[in-house]
Amino acid sequence: MSAQPSAPARERRSRLARVPLLVWVFLLVPFVIELFWVFWPAANSFSLSLTRWDGITLAEPVGLQNFRDLAADPIFLTALRNNVIWVFGFGGLSVVGGLVLAVTLNKPGPLVGLYRSAIYLPMVVSLAVSGLFWRVMYAPEGPINGTLGLLGLESLERQWLADPAVALWAVLIAAVWRQVGYIMVLYLAGLKGTDPTLEEAAAVDGANAWQRFWRIVMPQLRGVNTVVFAVTVIDSLRTFDIVWAMTRGGPYNETQLLSTYMFQQAFTTGNLGYASAIAVVIFALAIGFIITYLARQARTED
Amino acid sequence: MTTLAPPVTPSVAARRNRRRRPRAARSPWLHVAMIPVTLLWLSPIVFVLFVAIRSYDDIAARGLGALPASFSTDGFATALTDGGVLEALGNSVVVTAWAVFLSLALSSVAAYALSRFAIPGRRTILLTMLAGNLLPPQILLVPVAAITEAIGIADTRTALVIVQVGFGIGFYTFVLHGFMRSLPTEVFEAARLDGAGPGGIFWRIVLPLSRPSLAALAALATTWIFNDLIWAMTVLRTESKFPITAALLNLQGGFASAWNVVAAGSLIAAIPTAIVFFMFQKQFVSGLLVGANK
Repeated sequence: MSAQPSAPARERRSRLARVPLLVWVFLLVPFVIELFWVFWPAANSFSLSLTRWDGITLAEPVGLQNFRDLAADPIFLTALRNNVIWVFGFGGLSVVGGLVLAVTLNKPGPLVGLYRSAIYLPMVVSLAVSGLFWRVMYAPEGPINGTLGLLGLESLERQWLADPAVALWAVLIAAVWRQVGYIMVLYLAGLKGTDPTLEEAAAVDGANAWQRFWRIVMPQLRGVNTVVFAVTVIDSLRTFDIVWAMTRGGPYNETQLLSTYMFQQAFTTGNLGYASAIAVVIFALAIGFIITYLARQARTED
Repeated sequence: MTTLAPPVTPSVAARRNRRRRPRAARSPWLHVAMIPVTLLWLSPIVFVLFVAIRSYDDIAARGLGALPASFSTDGFATALTDGGVLEALGNSVVVTAWAVFLSLALSSVAAYALSRFAIPGRRTILLTMLAGNLLPPQILLVPVAAITEAIGIADTRTALVIVQVGFGIGFYTFVLHGFMRSLPTEVFEAARLDGAGPGGIFWRIVLPLSRPSLAALAALATTWIFNDLIWAMTVLRTESKFPITAALLNLQGGFASAWNVVAAGSLIAAIPTAIVFFMFQKQFVSGLLVGANK
Protein backbone atom coordinates (compact mmCIF):
# COMPACT_ATOMS: atom_id res chain seq x y z
CA MET A 1 0.00 0.00 0.00
CA SER A 2 1.39 3.40 -0.90
CA ALA A 3 1.85 6.09 1.72
CA GLN A 4 -0.38 8.49 -0.17
CA PRO A 5 -3.57 6.65 -1.06
CA SER A 6 -5.38 7.97 -4.11
CA ALA A 7 -8.68 9.72 -3.59
CA PRO A 8 -10.95 6.78 -4.49
CA ALA A 9 -8.88 4.42 -2.32
CA ARG A 10 -9.12 6.76 0.63
CA GLU A 11 -12.82 7.08 0.06
CA ARG A 12 -13.23 3.31 -0.11
CA ARG A 13 -11.23 2.84 3.02
CA SER A 14 -13.22 5.39 4.99
CA ARG A 15 -16.39 3.71 3.84
CA LEU A 16 -15.00 0.32 4.84
CA ALA A 17 -13.95 1.72 8.19
CA ARG A 18 -17.51 2.21 9.34
CA VAL A 19 -18.23 -1.30 10.51
CA PRO A 20 -21.96 -1.59 11.18
CA LEU A 21 -23.10 -3.21 14.41
CA LEU A 22 -24.66 -6.13 12.53
CA VAL A 23 -21.29 -6.94 10.97
CA TRP A 24 -19.67 -7.03 14.40
CA VAL A 25 -22.31 -9.54 15.44
CA PHE A 26 -21.61 -11.54 12.27
CA LEU A 27 -17.95 -11.76 13.21
CA LEU A 28 -18.10 -12.05 16.96
CA VAL A 29 -20.67 -14.82 17.36
CA PRO A 30 -18.60 -17.41 15.44
CA PHE A 31 -15.33 -16.06 16.81
CA VAL A 32 -16.48 -16.27 20.42
CA ILE A 33 -17.84 -19.80 19.84
CA GLU A 34 -14.44 -20.84 18.58
CA LEU A 35 -12.63 -19.07 21.40
CA PHE A 36 -14.83 -20.79 23.96
CA TRP A 37 -14.79 -24.29 22.45
CA VAL A 38 -11.25 -24.39 21.05
CA PHE A 39 -8.84 -21.86 22.53
CA TRP A 40 -10.19 -21.86 26.08
CA PRO A 41 -10.02 -25.70 26.31
CA ALA A 42 -6.57 -25.70 24.72
CA ALA A 43 -5.32 -23.23 27.32
CA ASN A 44 -6.88 -25.37 30.04
CA SER A 45 -4.99 -28.44 28.85
CA PHE A 46 -1.74 -26.66 29.58
CA SER A 47 -2.70 -25.85 33.14
CA LEU A 48 -4.20 -29.34 33.66
CA SER A 49 -0.94 -30.90 32.51
CA LEU A 50 0.64 -29.49 35.68
CA THR A 51 -1.83 -31.24 37.94
CA ARG A 52 -2.96 -34.64 39.08
CA TRP A 53 -6.72 -34.85 38.48
CA ASP A 54 -9.26 -37.66 38.45
CA GLY A 55 -12.13 -35.48 37.24
CA ILE A 56 -14.03 -35.74 40.52
CA THR A 57 -11.94 -34.28 43.32
CA LEU A 58 -10.07 -30.99 42.98
CA ALA A 59 -7.05 -30.99 40.70
CA GLU A 60 -3.85 -31.16 42.72
CA PRO A 61 -0.93 -29.11 41.38
CA VAL A 62 2.20 -31.23 40.87
CA GLY A 63 4.40 -28.95 38.80
CA LEU A 64 6.30 -30.75 36.07
CA GLN A 65 5.96 -34.16 37.73
CA ASN A 66 3.69 -35.49 34.93
CA PHE A 67 6.39 -34.75 32.37
CA ARG A 68 9.07 -36.38 34.51
CA ASP A 69 6.81 -39.45 34.82
CA LEU A 70 6.29 -39.48 31.04
CA ALA A 71 10.03 -39.58 30.44
CA ALA A 72 10.20 -42.79 32.52
CA ASP A 73 6.96 -44.35 31.24
CA PRO A 74 7.81 -47.26 28.89
CA ILE A 75 4.35 -47.18 27.25
CA PHE A 76 4.70 -43.47 26.53
CA LEU A 77 8.13 -44.07 25.06
CA THR A 78 6.74 -46.87 22.87
CA ALA A 79 3.94 -44.56 21.76
CA LEU A 80 6.45 -41.82 20.97
CA ARG A 81 8.64 -44.22 19.00
CA ASN A 82 5.60 -45.55 17.15
CA ASN A 83 4.52 -42.01 16.31
CA VAL A 84 7.92 -41.31 14.79
CA ILE A 85 7.62 -44.53 12.76
CA TRP A 86 4.11 -43.44 11.84
CA VAL A 87 5.20 -39.99 10.60
CA PHE A 88 7.87 -41.51 8.36
CA GLY A 89 6.09 -44.74 7.40
CA PHE A 90 2.56 -43.45 6.95
CA GLY A 91 3.71 -40.06 5.70
CA GLY A 92 6.45 -41.42 3.44
CA LEU A 93 4.39 -44.19 1.88
CA SER A 94 1.33 -42.03 1.26
CA VAL A 95 3.33 -39.13 -0.18
CA VAL A 96 5.46 -41.33 -2.44
CA GLY A 97 2.43 -43.41 -3.45
CA GLY A 98 0.27 -40.34 -4.04
CA LEU A 99 2.95 -38.59 -6.07
CA VAL A 100 3.72 -41.64 -8.21
CA LEU A 101 0.03 -42.20 -8.90
CA ALA A 102 -0.54 -38.52 -9.67
CA VAL A 103 2.32 -38.47 -12.19
CA THR A 104 1.12 -41.76 -13.71
CA LEU A 105 -2.50 -40.63 -13.97
CA ASN A 106 -1.80 -37.00 -14.84
CA LYS A 107 -2.43 -37.27 -18.58
CA PRO A 108 -6.01 -38.05 -19.54
CA GLY A 109 -6.67 -41.26 -21.41
CA PRO A 110 -9.00 -44.23 -21.53
CA LEU A 111 -9.74 -45.67 -18.08
CA VAL A 112 -7.66 -42.99 -16.33
CA GLY A 113 -10.75 -41.48 -14.70
CA LEU A 114 -11.73 -44.92 -13.46
CA TYR A 115 -8.29 -45.54 -11.94
CA ARG A 116 -8.34 -42.18 -10.19
CA SER A 117 -11.80 -42.80 -8.73
CA ALA A 118 -10.75 -46.22 -7.45
CA ILE A 119 -7.70 -44.75 -5.72
CA TYR A 120 -9.59 -42.01 -3.94
CA LEU A 121 -12.71 -44.02 -3.20
CA PRO A 122 -11.34 -45.18 0.21
CA MET A 123 -11.40 -41.57 1.33
CA VAL A 124 -15.18 -41.65 1.65
CA VAL A 125 -14.90 -44.53 4.10
CA SER A 126 -14.31 -43.19 7.60
CA LEU A 127 -11.06 -44.08 9.31
CA ALA A 128 -12.99 -46.10 11.89
CA VAL A 129 -14.78 -48.08 9.19
CA SER A 130 -11.53 -48.49 7.22
CA GLY A 131 -10.16 -50.07 10.37
CA LEU A 132 -13.06 -52.54 10.45
CA PHE A 133 -12.61 -53.31 6.72
CA TRP A 134 -8.98 -54.14 7.35
CA ARG A 135 -9.79 -56.22 10.41
CA VAL A 136 -11.66 -58.46 7.97
CA MET A 137 -8.66 -58.49 5.63
CA TYR A 138 -6.22 -59.30 8.43
CA ALA A 139 -8.42 -61.89 10.20
CA PRO A 140 -6.56 -65.17 10.87
CA GLU A 141 -8.78 -66.98 8.32
CA GLY A 142 -9.14 -63.84 6.24
CA PRO A 143 -8.39 -62.92 2.63
CA ILE A 144 -4.75 -61.95 3.16
CA ASN A 145 -3.73 -65.21 4.80
CA GLY A 146 -5.95 -67.05 2.31
CA THR A 147 -4.19 -65.41 -0.64
CA LEU A 148 -0.76 -66.15 0.82
CA GLY A 149 -1.83 -69.77 1.22
CA LEU A 150 -2.99 -69.95 -2.40
CA LEU A 151 0.36 -68.57 -3.54
CA GLY A 152 2.19 -71.21 -1.53
CA LEU A 153 3.55 -68.63 0.92
CA GLU A 154 2.14 -70.25 4.06
CA SER A 155 5.30 -69.29 5.94
CA LEU A 156 4.26 -65.62 5.67
CA GLU A 157 0.80 -66.19 7.12
CA ARG A 158 0.38 -64.74 10.57
CA GLN A 159 -2.00 -63.17 13.06
CA TRP A 160 -1.40 -59.74 11.61
CA LEU A 161 -3.04 -57.68 14.35
CA ALA A 162 -2.03 -59.89 17.28
CA ASP A 163 1.64 -60.26 16.38
CA PRO A 164 3.61 -57.48 18.12
CA ALA A 165 6.27 -57.59 15.42
CA VAL A 166 3.97 -56.62 12.55
CA ALA A 167 0.81 -55.15 14.11
CA LEU A 168 1.91 -51.51 13.81
CA TRP A 169 2.79 -51.93 10.15
CA ALA A 170 -0.45 -53.77 9.48
CA VAL A 171 -2.41 -50.80 10.85
CA LEU A 172 -0.14 -48.40 8.99
CA ILE A 173 -0.84 -50.07 5.64
CA ALA A 174 -4.57 -49.70 6.25
CA ALA A 175 -4.10 -45.99 6.98
CA VAL A 176 -1.97 -45.52 3.85
CA TRP A 177 -4.66 -47.23 1.77
CA ARG A 178 -7.01 -44.44 2.77
CA GLN A 179 -4.56 -41.51 2.59
CA VAL A 180 -2.92 -42.08 -0.81
CA GLY A 181 -5.99 -40.85 -2.72
CA TYR A 182 -5.97 -37.55 -0.87
CA ILE A 183 -2.30 -36.93 -1.58
CA MET A 184 -2.85 -37.94 -5.22
CA VAL A 185 -5.62 -35.36 -5.59
CA LEU A 186 -3.38 -32.64 -4.15
CA TYR A 187 -0.54 -33.52 -6.52
CA LEU A 188 -2.84 -33.85 -9.54
CA ALA A 189 -3.96 -30.28 -8.88
CA GLY A 190 -0.34 -29.21 -8.47
CA LEU A 191 0.67 -30.86 -11.73
CA LYS A 192 -2.14 -29.07 -13.53
CA GLY A 193 -0.46 -25.82 -12.53
CA THR A 194 2.94 -26.72 -13.98
CA ASP A 195 4.09 -25.34 -17.29
CA PRO A 196 4.32 -28.13 -19.91
CA THR A 197 6.46 -26.05 -22.26
CA LEU A 198 9.33 -26.09 -19.76
CA GLU A 199 9.29 -29.85 -19.79
CA GLU A 200 9.16 -29.94 -23.59
CA ALA A 201 12.11 -27.58 -23.78
CA ALA A 202 14.10 -29.81 -21.43
CA ALA A 203 13.17 -32.81 -23.59
CA VAL A 204 14.56 -31.01 -26.62
CA ASP A 205 17.75 -30.43 -24.70
CA GLY A 206 17.96 -34.19 -24.20
CA ALA A 207 16.86 -34.52 -20.58
CA ASN A 208 15.41 -37.95 -19.87
CA ALA A 209 12.08 -38.47 -18.08
CA TRP A 210 13.74 -38.90 -14.68
CA GLN A 211 15.78 -35.69 -15.02
CA ARG A 212 12.77 -33.78 -16.35
CA PHE A 213 10.74 -34.86 -13.34
CA TRP A 214 13.32 -33.96 -10.70
CA ARG A 215 14.75 -30.83 -12.30
CA ILE A 216 11.70 -29.34 -14.02
CA VAL A 217 8.49 -30.65 -12.51
CA MET A 218 9.44 -31.04 -8.84
CA PRO A 219 10.66 -27.45 -8.37
CA GLN A 220 7.31 -26.24 -9.71
CA LEU A 221 5.52 -28.36 -7.10
CA ARG A 222 7.19 -26.59 -4.20
CA GLY A 223 3.99 -25.02 -2.95
CA VAL A 224 2.07 -28.30 -3.03
CA ASN A 225 4.98 -30.05 -1.35
CA THR A 226 4.89 -27.66 1.60
CA VAL A 227 1.17 -28.20 2.06
CA VAL A 228 1.42 -31.98 1.64
CA PHE A 229 4.31 -32.11 4.08
CA ALA A 230 2.57 -30.05 6.76
CA VAL A 231 -0.80 -31.79 6.31
CA THR A 232 0.84 -35.22 6.49
CA VAL A 233 2.73 -34.54 9.70
CA ILE A 234 -0.28 -32.88 11.35
CA ASP A 235 -2.46 -35.83 10.31
CA SER A 236 0.12 -38.33 11.57
CA LEU A 237 0.18 -36.73 15.00
CA ARG A 238 -3.62 -36.69 15.14
CA THR A 239 -4.10 -40.30 14.01
CA PHE A 240 -6.45 -42.01 16.39
CA ASP A 241 -9.55 -43.55 14.81
CA ILE A 242 -7.98 -46.25 12.70
CA VAL A 243 -5.71 -47.52 15.46
CA TRP A 244 -8.54 -47.46 17.96
CA ALA A 245 -10.79 -49.38 15.59
CA MET A 246 -8.19 -52.01 14.76
CA THR A 247 -6.14 -52.67 17.89
CA ARG A 248 -6.89 -50.09 20.66
CA GLY A 249 -3.13 -49.79 20.97
CA GLY A 250 -2.59 -53.52 21.57
CA PRO A 251 -1.13 -56.13 21.53
CA TYR A 252 0.89 -55.24 24.65
CA ASN A 253 0.75 -51.54 23.69
CA GLU A 254 2.78 -52.30 20.57
CA THR A 255 0.54 -50.17 18.31
CA GLN A 256 0.03 -47.42 20.85
CA LEU A 257 0.33 -43.92 19.38
CA LEU A 258 0.47 -40.74 21.46
CA SER A 259 -3.16 -40.00 20.67
CA THR A 260 -4.46 -43.45 21.65
CA TYR A 261 -2.39 -43.53 24.83
CA MET A 262 -3.61 -40.05 25.69
CA PHE A 263 -7.23 -41.11 25.15
CA GLN A 264 -6.77 -44.25 27.25
CA GLN A 265 -5.18 -42.31 30.09
CA ALA A 266 -7.97 -39.72 30.00
CA PHE A 267 -11.13 -41.72 29.50
CA THR A 268 -10.29 -45.32 30.43
CA THR A 269 -7.91 -44.85 33.34
CA GLY A 270 -9.11 -41.40 34.38
CA ASN A 271 -5.68 -39.81 34.80
CA LEU A 272 -6.78 -36.48 33.36
CA GLY A 273 -3.69 -34.52 34.38
CA TYR A 274 -1.33 -37.12 32.98
CA ALA A 275 -3.39 -37.33 29.77
CA SER A 276 -3.19 -33.56 29.41
CA ALA A 277 0.58 -33.77 29.69
CA ILE A 278 0.59 -36.23 26.75
CA ALA A 279 -1.66 -33.83 24.84
CA VAL A 280 0.81 -31.02 25.48
CA VAL A 281 3.59 -33.21 24.04
CA ILE A 282 1.47 -33.83 20.92
CA PHE A 283 0.88 -30.09 20.65
CA ALA A 284 4.58 -29.34 21.04
CA LEU A 285 5.42 -31.78 18.25
CA ALA A 286 2.71 -30.38 15.94
CA ILE A 287 3.12 -26.64 16.47
CA GLY A 288 6.09 -26.22 14.14
CA PHE A 289 4.18 -27.77 11.27
CA ILE A 290 1.02 -25.84 12.08
CA ILE A 291 3.04 -22.61 11.85
CA THR A 292 4.58 -23.74 8.54
CA TYR A 293 1.11 -24.33 7.14
CA LEU A 294 -0.24 -21.05 8.53
CA ALA A 295 2.71 -19.08 7.16
CA ARG A 296 2.04 -20.46 3.71
CA GLN A 297 -1.67 -19.66 3.94
CA ALA A 298 -0.87 -16.16 5.21
CA ARG A 299 1.35 -15.59 2.18
CA THR A 300 -1.40 -16.64 -0.23
CA GLU A 301 -3.76 -14.26 1.59
CA ASP A 302 -1.63 -11.27 0.53
CA MET B 1 -16.51 -43.59 -16.82
CA THR B 2 -13.66 -42.91 -19.15
CA THR B 3 -12.00 -39.60 -19.65
CA LEU B 4 -11.37 -38.97 -23.30
CA ALA B 5 -8.03 -37.61 -24.34
CA PRO B 6 -8.28 -34.09 -25.74
CA PRO B 7 -8.04 -33.88 -29.52
CA VAL B 8 -4.50 -33.31 -30.69
CA THR B 9 -4.07 -30.87 -33.52
CA PRO B 10 -1.91 -32.16 -36.40
CA SER B 11 0.85 -29.65 -35.86
CA VAL B 12 1.22 -30.56 -32.21
CA ALA B 13 1.06 -34.25 -33.05
CA ALA B 14 3.71 -33.81 -35.69
CA ARG B 15 5.95 -31.95 -33.32
CA ARG B 16 5.45 -34.62 -30.69
CA ASN B 17 6.32 -37.37 -33.12
CA ARG B 18 9.44 -35.65 -34.23
CA ARG B 19 10.57 -35.45 -30.62
CA ARG B 20 9.38 -38.96 -30.00
CA ARG B 21 7.93 -38.00 -26.65
CA PRO B 22 6.65 -40.99 -24.73
CA ARG B 23 2.90 -40.66 -24.61
CA ALA B 24 2.40 -42.14 -21.15
CA ALA B 25 -1.38 -42.24 -21.18
CA ARG B 26 -1.53 -44.26 -24.40
CA SER B 27 1.13 -46.78 -23.54
CA PRO B 28 -0.18 -50.25 -22.68
CA TRP B 29 2.22 -50.28 -19.73
CA LEU B 30 -0.01 -47.78 -17.97
CA HIS B 31 -2.81 -50.32 -17.94
CA VAL B 32 -0.48 -53.23 -17.20
CA ALA B 33 0.54 -51.37 -14.04
CA MET B 34 -2.73 -49.71 -13.13
CA ILE B 35 -5.22 -52.55 -13.53
CA PRO B 36 -3.60 -54.67 -10.77
CA VAL B 37 -3.13 -51.59 -8.56
CA THR B 38 -6.79 -50.64 -9.00
CA LEU B 39 -7.98 -54.15 -8.23
CA LEU B 40 -5.73 -54.29 -5.19
CA TRP B 41 -7.09 -50.92 -4.05
CA LEU B 42 -10.67 -52.05 -4.37
CA SER B 43 -10.05 -55.49 -2.85
CA PRO B 44 -10.77 -54.57 0.80
CA ILE B 45 -14.13 -53.14 -0.22
CA VAL B 46 -14.90 -56.18 -2.39
CA PHE B 47 -13.92 -58.67 0.32
CA VAL B 48 -15.99 -56.89 2.94
CA LEU B 49 -18.91 -57.03 0.53
CA PHE B 50 -18.33 -60.76 0.04
CA VAL B 51 -18.28 -61.33 3.79
CA ALA B 52 -21.38 -59.22 4.32
CA ILE B 53 -23.53 -61.19 1.89
CA ARG B 54 -22.49 -64.63 3.12
CA SER B 55 -24.41 -66.53 5.76
CA TYR B 56 -22.95 -67.08 9.21
CA ASP B 57 -22.77 -70.85 8.63
CA ASP B 58 -20.95 -70.42 5.33
CA ILE B 59 -18.31 -68.23 6.99
CA ALA B 60 -17.98 -70.60 9.95
CA ALA B 61 -17.58 -73.62 7.67
CA ARG B 62 -15.36 -72.24 4.92
CA GLY B 63 -13.46 -69.39 6.53
CA LEU B 64 -13.51 -65.65 6.08
CA GLY B 65 -11.28 -65.57 3.02
CA ALA B 66 -13.36 -67.93 0.85
CA LEU B 67 -15.43 -66.64 -2.05
CA PRO B 68 -19.17 -66.49 -1.35
CA ALA B 69 -21.03 -69.80 -1.71
CA SER B 70 -24.18 -68.48 -0.13
CA PHE B 71 -26.24 -65.33 -0.36
CA SER B 72 -27.90 -63.99 2.72
CA THR B 73 -29.01 -60.60 3.92
CA ASP B 74 -28.97 -61.76 7.55
CA GLY B 75 -25.83 -59.73 8.22
CA PHE B 76 -27.54 -56.53 7.14
CA ALA B 77 -30.77 -57.35 8.97
CA THR B 78 -29.00 -58.21 12.23
CA ALA B 79 -26.72 -55.17 12.06
CA LEU B 80 -29.63 -52.80 11.42
CA THR B 81 -31.89 -54.12 14.17
CA ASP B 82 -30.08 -55.99 16.96
CA GLY B 83 -26.82 -54.23 16.22
CA GLY B 84 -28.47 -50.81 16.54
CA VAL B 85 -26.98 -49.59 13.27
CA LEU B 86 -30.27 -48.08 12.11
CA GLU B 87 -30.61 -46.02 15.27
CA ALA B 88 -26.95 -44.97 15.07
CA LEU B 89 -27.36 -44.00 11.44
CA GLY B 90 -30.25 -41.77 12.49
CA ASN B 91 -28.06 -40.13 15.16
CA SER B 92 -25.29 -39.56 12.63
CA VAL B 93 -27.63 -38.00 10.09
CA VAL B 94 -29.18 -35.64 12.64
CA VAL B 95 -25.82 -34.58 14.13
CA THR B 96 -24.21 -34.17 10.70
CA ALA B 97 -27.09 -32.17 9.24
CA TRP B 98 -27.19 -29.72 12.13
CA ALA B 99 -23.43 -29.43 12.44
CA VAL B 100 -22.91 -28.82 8.71
CA PHE B 101 -25.73 -26.29 8.54
CA LEU B 102 -24.64 -24.34 11.62
CA SER B 103 -20.94 -24.45 10.70
CA LEU B 104 -21.55 -23.06 7.24
CA ALA B 105 -24.08 -20.48 8.45
CA LEU B 106 -21.75 -19.14 11.13
CA SER B 107 -18.61 -19.26 9.06
CA SER B 108 -20.21 -17.57 6.06
CA VAL B 109 -21.28 -14.56 8.15
CA ALA B 110 -17.84 -14.40 9.77
CA ALA B 111 -16.15 -14.66 6.37
CA TYR B 112 -18.42 -11.91 5.03
CA ALA B 113 -17.52 -9.60 7.91
CA LEU B 114 -13.80 -10.29 7.53
CA SER B 115 -13.69 -10.02 3.76
CA ARG B 116 -15.81 -6.93 3.09
CA PHE B 117 -15.30 -4.69 6.13
CA ALA B 118 -12.32 -2.96 7.68
CA ILE B 119 -12.33 -4.96 10.89
CA PRO B 120 -9.21 -3.98 12.86
CA GLY B 121 -6.74 -6.88 12.97
CA ARG B 122 -8.76 -8.92 10.51
CA ARG B 123 -5.77 -10.88 9.21
CA THR B 124 -4.78 -11.90 12.72
CA ILE B 125 -8.36 -12.90 13.52
CA LEU B 126 -8.59 -14.94 10.34
CA LEU B 127 -5.33 -16.80 10.89
CA THR B 128 -6.15 -17.35 14.56
CA MET B 129 -9.44 -18.95 13.54
CA LEU B 130 -7.66 -21.19 11.03
CA ALA B 131 -5.03 -22.10 13.62
CA GLY B 132 -7.76 -23.32 15.97
CA ASN B 133 -8.81 -25.90 13.42
CA LEU B 134 -5.24 -27.13 12.97
CA LEU B 135 -4.71 -27.87 16.66
CA PRO B 136 -4.50 -31.57 17.47
CA PRO B 137 -7.91 -32.43 18.95
CA GLN B 138 -6.15 -34.25 21.80
CA ILE B 139 -5.24 -30.93 23.37
CA LEU B 140 -8.97 -30.14 23.63
CA LEU B 141 -10.53 -33.43 24.68
CA VAL B 142 -10.24 -33.35 28.48
CA PRO B 143 -11.31 -29.70 28.95
CA VAL B 144 -14.12 -30.05 26.37
CA ALA B 145 -15.49 -33.04 28.28
CA ALA B 146 -15.24 -31.01 31.49
CA ILE B 147 -16.99 -27.99 29.95
CA THR B 148 -19.90 -30.08 28.68
CA GLU B 149 -20.26 -31.47 32.23
CA ALA B 150 -20.07 -28.01 33.76
CA ILE B 151 -22.78 -26.47 31.57
CA GLY B 152 -25.01 -29.52 31.84
CA ILE B 153 -24.95 -30.75 28.24
CA ALA B 154 -22.66 -33.73 28.78
CA ASP B 155 -23.72 -36.86 26.93
CA THR B 156 -26.11 -35.07 24.55
CA ARG B 157 -26.14 -34.92 20.78
CA THR B 158 -26.46 -31.15 21.12
CA ALA B 159 -23.04 -31.06 22.74
CA LEU B 160 -21.60 -33.09 19.88
CA VAL B 161 -23.06 -30.66 17.33
CA ILE B 162 -21.69 -27.64 19.23
CA VAL B 163 -18.23 -29.17 19.56
CA GLN B 164 -18.13 -30.06 15.85
CA VAL B 165 -19.19 -26.53 14.92
CA GLY B 166 -16.67 -24.90 17.25
CA PHE B 167 -13.78 -26.98 15.96
CA GLY B 168 -14.65 -26.69 12.24
CA ILE B 169 -15.67 -23.03 12.02
CA GLY B 170 -12.12 -21.68 11.66
CA PHE B 171 -11.31 -23.68 8.56
CA TYR B 172 -14.62 -22.99 6.82
CA THR B 173 -14.33 -19.28 7.59
CA PHE B 174 -10.85 -19.18 6.13
CA VAL B 175 -11.90 -20.87 2.89
CA LEU B 176 -15.05 -18.79 2.46
CA HIS B 177 -13.10 -15.62 3.20
CA GLY B 178 -10.75 -16.40 0.33
CA PHE B 179 -13.70 -16.82 -1.98
CA MET B 180 -15.75 -13.82 -0.85
CA ARG B 181 -12.74 -11.53 -1.12
CA SER B 182 -12.50 -12.38 -4.80
CA LEU B 183 -16.07 -11.24 -5.54
CA PRO B 184 -16.10 -8.08 -7.69
CA THR B 185 -16.52 -4.84 -5.74
CA GLU B 186 -18.91 -3.41 -8.37
CA VAL B 187 -21.71 -5.73 -7.28
CA PHE B 188 -21.45 -4.43 -3.75
CA GLU B 189 -21.35 -0.79 -4.84
CA ALA B 190 -24.46 -1.30 -6.97
CA ALA B 191 -26.34 -2.92 -4.11
CA ARG B 192 -25.29 -0.18 -1.73
CA LEU B 193 -26.53 2.47 -4.14
CA ASP B 194 -29.83 0.61 -4.24
CA GLY B 195 -29.98 1.13 -0.48
CA ALA B 196 -29.22 -2.40 0.67
CA GLY B 197 -27.77 -2.71 4.19
CA PRO B 198 -24.98 -5.09 5.18
CA GLY B 199 -27.48 -7.81 6.07
CA GLY B 200 -29.38 -7.43 2.80
CA ILE B 201 -26.17 -7.50 0.76
CA PHE B 202 -25.10 -10.69 2.52
CA TRP B 203 -28.43 -12.42 2.01
CA ARG B 204 -29.22 -11.29 -1.54
CA ILE B 205 -25.76 -11.07 -3.09
CA VAL B 206 -22.94 -12.73 -1.18
CA LEU B 207 -24.77 -15.91 -0.26
CA PRO B 208 -26.08 -16.72 -3.77
CA LEU B 209 -22.69 -15.94 -5.32
CA SER B 210 -20.92 -18.17 -2.79
CA ARG B 211 -23.00 -21.23 -3.66
CA PRO B 212 -20.17 -23.14 -5.41
CA SER B 213 -17.74 -22.84 -2.52
CA LEU B 214 -20.50 -23.51 0.01
CA ALA B 215 -21.34 -26.69 -1.90
CA ALA B 216 -17.71 -27.83 -1.90
CA LEU B 217 -17.38 -27.15 1.82
CA ALA B 218 -20.71 -28.84 2.55
CA ALA B 219 -19.58 -32.00 0.75
CA LEU B 220 -16.31 -31.99 2.66
CA ALA B 221 -17.83 -31.11 6.05
CA THR B 222 -20.47 -33.80 5.65
CA THR B 223 -17.88 -36.54 5.24
CA TRP B 224 -15.70 -35.14 8.05
CA ILE B 225 -18.47 -34.85 10.59
CA PHE B 226 -20.24 -38.05 9.59
CA ASN B 227 -16.94 -39.95 9.81
CA ASP B 228 -15.83 -38.48 13.12
CA LEU B 229 -15.09 -40.86 15.95
CA ILE B 230 -13.00 -39.06 18.55
CA TRP B 231 -15.42 -36.22 19.38
CA ALA B 232 -18.31 -38.65 19.66
CA MET B 233 -16.33 -40.83 22.05
CA THR B 234 -15.33 -37.79 24.09
CA VAL B 235 -18.76 -36.21 24.43
CA LEU B 236 -21.18 -39.17 24.45
CA ARG B 237 -21.54 -42.03 26.90
CA THR B 238 -24.98 -43.49 26.26
CA GLU B 239 -24.93 -46.07 23.49
CA SER B 240 -28.34 -45.12 22.10
CA LYS B 241 -26.97 -41.66 21.27
CA PHE B 242 -23.83 -42.90 19.49
CA PRO B 243 -23.27 -42.00 15.85
CA ILE B 244 -22.53 -44.79 13.43
CA THR B 245 -18.73 -44.82 13.82
CA ALA B 246 -18.78 -45.28 17.59
CA ALA B 247 -21.74 -47.69 17.39
CA LEU B 248 -19.84 -49.90 14.93
CA LEU B 249 -16.93 -50.32 17.30
CA ASN B 250 -19.42 -51.55 19.92
CA LEU B 251 -21.01 -53.80 17.34
CA GLN B 252 -17.61 -55.28 16.70
CA GLY B 253 -17.30 -56.08 20.39
CA GLY B 254 -20.79 -57.53 20.68
CA PHE B 255 -20.75 -59.58 17.49
CA ALA B 256 -17.06 -60.49 17.54
CA SER B 257 -17.47 -63.83 15.79
CA ALA B 258 -20.33 -62.78 13.49
CA TRP B 259 -18.14 -61.30 10.78
CA ASN B 260 -21.03 -60.96 8.37
CA VAL B 261 -22.79 -58.59 10.80
CA VAL B 262 -19.68 -56.48 11.34
CA ALA B 263 -19.00 -56.34 7.60
CA ALA B 264 -22.59 -55.44 6.79
CA GLY B 265 -22.58 -52.71 9.45
CA SER B 266 -19.34 -51.25 8.07
CA LEU B 267 -20.75 -51.16 4.56
CA ILE B 268 -23.94 -49.47 5.73
CA ALA B 269 -21.80 -46.86 7.49
CA ALA B 270 -19.89 -46.17 4.29
CA ILE B 271 -23.00 -45.78 2.10
CA PRO B 272 -24.10 -42.23 3.06
CA THR B 273 -20.66 -40.71 2.48
CA ALA B 274 -20.28 -42.75 -0.70
CA ILE B 275 -23.55 -41.23 -1.96
CA VAL B 276 -22.31 -37.73 -1.15
CA PHE B 277 -19.09 -38.58 -2.94
CA PHE B 278 -20.67 -39.88 -6.13
CA MET B 279 -23.33 -37.18 -6.32
CA PHE B 280 -20.93 -34.34 -5.61
CA GLN B 281 -17.66 -35.81 -6.85
CA LYS B 282 -16.59 -32.51 -8.42
CA GLN B 283 -17.42 -30.45 -5.33
CA PHE B 284 -15.81 -33.08 -3.13
CA VAL B 285 -12.52 -32.96 -4.99
CA SER B 286 -12.52 -29.17 -5.15
CA GLY B 287 -13.34 -29.22 -1.44
CA LEU B 288 -10.23 -31.27 -0.79
CA LEU B 289 -8.19 -28.75 -2.68
CA VAL B 290 -9.39 -25.65 -0.88
CA GLY B 291 -6.71 -24.22 1.27
CA ALA B 292 -4.16 -26.49 -0.33
CA ASN B 293 -3.93 -25.31 -3.89
CA LYS B 294 -3.11 -21.67 -4.16
